[in-house]
Amino acid sequence: MVTSPDDLKYKLFTRRAGLISAGMLVLTSGLVGRLYFLQVVGQNQYKLLADKNRISLRLLAPERGKILDRNGHGIAINRTDYRVNIIPEQTEDVEATLAALKSFLPISERRKRRILRAVKRQRAFLPVTVAENLDWETFARVNINIPDLPGIQPDMGITRYYPEKDLMAHVVGYVSSVNAREIGEDPLLELPGFKIGKNGMERVLDQRLRGKAGNSRVEVNVMGRVIRELSRTDSISGDTLNLTIDRDIQKFTADRVRDESAAVVVMDVHSGEILALTSTPAYDPNDFNLGISQKKYDILLHDARKPLINKTVQGEYPPGSTFKMIVALAALEAGVVDEHEKIFCNSKFKIGNTTKHCWKRQGHGLVNMVQAIAGSCDVYFYTIAVRVGIDRIHDMAARFGLGEKFNIDIPGEKKGLNPSKGWKMANRGSRWQGGDTANVGIGQGDVLVTPLQLCVMISRLVNGGMAVNPEILFPEEGESIETPAVIPLSRKNLEIVLRGMAAVINKPYGVAYAQRMKKPGMSYGGKTGSAQVRRITKEERDVRIRKNEEKPWRERDHALFVGYGPLENPRYAISVIVEHGGGGSKKAAPIAKDVLEFMFTRDKLPAHSQTHKEDNA
Amino acid sequence: MAMGLQGRRRSKSLLQKILELNPVIIVTVIMIAGVGFALLYSVAGGSVDPWAKKQVIRFVIGMVGMVVIALVDIRVWMFLAYPLYFLSLIMLIIVSVMGHTGMGATRWINLGFMNFQPSELVKITLVLALARYFHCLAKEETGKYSRLIMPLFLIGAPVILVLLQPDLGTALLIIIGGLSILFCGGVRVWIFVVGLLAMVPTAFGAWKFMKPYQQNRVLTFLNPERDPLGAGYHSIQAKIAVGSGGLYGKGFIQGSQSQLNFLPEKHTDFIFTVLAEEFGLMGGLGLLGLYIILLAYALFTSMTVRSQFGRLLCLGVSVTFFLYMFINMAMNLGMLPVVGVPLPLVSYGGSAMLTLLVGIGFILCAAIHRDTSISRGGAFA
Repeated sequence: MVTSPDDLKYKLFTRRAGLISAGMLVLTSGLVGRLYFLQVVGQNQYKLLADKNRISLRLLAPERGKILDRNGHGIAINRTDYRVNIIPEQTEDVEATLAALKSFLPISERRKRRILRAVKRQRAFLPVTVAENLDWETFARVNINIPDLPGIQPDMGITRYYPEKDLMAHVVGYVSSVNAREIGEDPLLELPGFKIGKNGMERVLDQRLRGKAGNSRVEVNVMGRVIRELSRTDSISGDTLNLTIDRDIQKFTADRVRDESAAVVVMDVHSGEILALTSTPAYDPNDFNLGISQKKYDILLHDARKPLINKTVQGEYPPGSTFKMIVALAALEAGVVDEHEKIFCNSKFKIGNTTKHCWKRQGHGLVNMVQAIAGSCDVYFYTIAVRVGIDRIHDMAARFGLGEKFNIDIPGEKKGLNPSKGWKMANRGSRWQGGDTANVGIGQGDVLVTPLQLCVMISRLVNGGMAVNPEILFPEEGESIETPAVIPLSRKNLEIVLRGMAAVINKPYGVAYAQRMKKPGMSYGGKTGSAQVRRITKEERDVRIRKNEEKPWRERDHALFVGYGPLENPRYAISVIVEHGGGGSKKAAPIAKDVLEFMFTRDKLPAHSQTHKEDNA
Repeated sequence: MAMGLQGRRRSKSLLQKILELNPVIIVTVIMIAGVGFALLYSVAGGSVDPWAKKQVIRFVIGMVGMVVIALVDIRVWMFLAYPLYFLSLIMLIIVSVMGHTGMGATRWINLGFMNFQPSELVKITLVLALARYFHCLAKEETGKYSRLIMPLFLIGAPVILVLLQPDLGTALLIIIGGLSILFCGGVRVWIFVVGLLAMVPTAFGAWKFMKPYQQNRVLTFLNPERDPLGAGYHSIQAKIAVGSGGLYGKGFIQGSQSQLNFLPEKHTDFIFTVLAEEFGLMGGLGLLGLYIILLAYALFTSMTVRSQFGRLLCLGVSVTFFLYMFINMAMNLGMLPVVGVPLPLVSYGGSAMLTLLVGIGFILCAAIHRDTSISRGGAFA
């Protein structure tokens, strides 16, 4: 057959079409190779990635641990919060549903706009909160009318609640929303609506209260909608904390000083358990929990009586005459004075070039130690303080817990100031002077104490010289209880000082004789004090000593009292400070008397006779 | 039909033609489409709505069209080659003026019952036109440079229009499909070599011409992790779906990537990943096998056809079909950037399916009329 041009074209076509077919085969085998590489070689890696896409770990928030008082009354508890949510995808018209809901509960225009904004922003299957903190009645009415409210979903959540309102604010503090700075340590904090302790015990013991998150492994689609749950580990609730504080004593105390700017601490002298820790004025922690308004917060912040400060541990005050027991013990132990030595008080005490004065203008005359304590004679204590010297006073103060932090589980505890020669050199750059010692002798000058320290001091004085430490929580199970150390000093000297404190209240020459208990079978002792806020000028002294009541509030003295009761076998210690309250005997002692009387009365009732003591023996 | 036919034999009767419809090709086409229906059913979470049912209806209409095309005398198609080509070119111009705009590109004409993409149709009409052109050239003329002007214009016109839409994938498909006919039509090899070398500067030019989203696709293809939640998302999720399918797959309607919507465009351009995830390597190779059978038959047919027109027509359609398949799969497997090319006969969508069935209709037509010889002067010259 002759090769026609058509045949030539055919041959060329066949050759080149064959080439193209071969090319296709090469490319196709490339596809096969790639399939093998992805599906056989890489299958495990890609299966893992597919699961990572598919499976989402959802945290389950644990229930926050409760805080209870010593008798099991709730102080910080969790309350069911009734909420109403709307799920946009379940209603055709969000606005119509909201309008229908309005006949059951109020929805402000602002709130409505916020809801509609959230509806637009979020995915349609995610709930948007319409109203929260509803009362049961409203919630029930919404529930009954659910058929007429498409897309509305009643929901119950748990919120922190402080049933005692401001009563325990300074002890327990409050929880609030997590801020950006705090996120990071624990994935729980990233849960929407999760709250953590921001103040008080809620903050210090947040880790114990928080509990452990559970989790739920769920299958989700690309939009994040949960398709089904694969597995679940339940969360573990936080620890319940048992306070040593007695809600009823706390309440009585707080009511007693409600109108003052005051701090009261009540302790069991043997165990160191704090029975009341009151600082007024206070605030309602529930306000912070729900998000306090700036205006409300500003009012708290700028109040001259400082409601945000826990004065019992954060307030540092000159102890005034309540410090005299320390000076007396230091002098007795050093042997520079004895019980019977009488010192003459003409209301003047010369040291160096200056003259110091006794609070009593006409002087006390000749007084021995018990009389000096009872009459709070300044000249007596100037004299023995200068005799014994600052070193031994400092040492004695330290043994009674002054200048020391006890690290009870409340934030912001201050250590006060127990001055010494070394301290003055380091901080003031000058040598300690005799006048400094004289000032310390009456609890003025550089000494600063907190109400908690004063209460510890009085406990150690009256419990036979045992160095108890304050406790605000009962020990956890398995936690060893330390037996308090014995303070090395003569029991006889201790007894002399106690007689002095008993005389303050119970002898006609005692400064607080008017505040003695008159009910049968009730007795107490203590020591008053007034802390100068502003030095009395020489002119004022010469012309006329203004009475406290005439001074502006801010310039008045702080009124102090440390006390204990009963006189025989003391059981309770109390410290009271009324800021700018004036004299200790008039202002502070009556408070202590009333609180102790309240406690004695309760103890006589069978139910209260021996509260928790056996449990911890 | 009073026309000067030069067939050696009398033309076949309609029944004869029907009996000569290639059964392997038809069965393979139905099987491939069947895979598509199953996947569309799975992707809808086990429902014929919204995709599978419509796809079946279109397929049936397309099959009827395919058979009708196959039965028409091949010389009629040669006669209509240029008119059809220009008709599709005019439609392409129309979409640029008044077409439907979607996904940032203008591609569709609304025919009332469906949106039609002229750019799909032009792939086939270009094959027709080029086949006719080279059919009419004498062997010695195919080597002349002057004879290159016409085919380059035929290819260039739709390419420019498609690029204006802009649709990079289709443009590439048209160029390569057209060049394959030039190659088999007899254009000298070294011209292709020079052309390939000229690609380098052209690529730079094309880069400048591309829209930012196209540039992004290329960049993301080169490194999908560069934007894992944005442009690289498709590519990464597709690879995860394919890879996690393993050897035997996760089971029908059990693919977590597709059922939980992690896969994008899973019913259209990325449907192969659904197959690979739910049926594994075996499923992927199975579909690939069906494609190979179809293409092998088509290419084999092309070598048995007597007329150059028929041969080039078969080859052009086969190459186009192959390009659809290869580009789509390579894109699904992360070997090529994401360009809008569907998986032939499987992806949901009317235009591509109709176009491909029309093309296969021409292959069947060439096979039925393999013994019909056509003069160089043209069908009805």
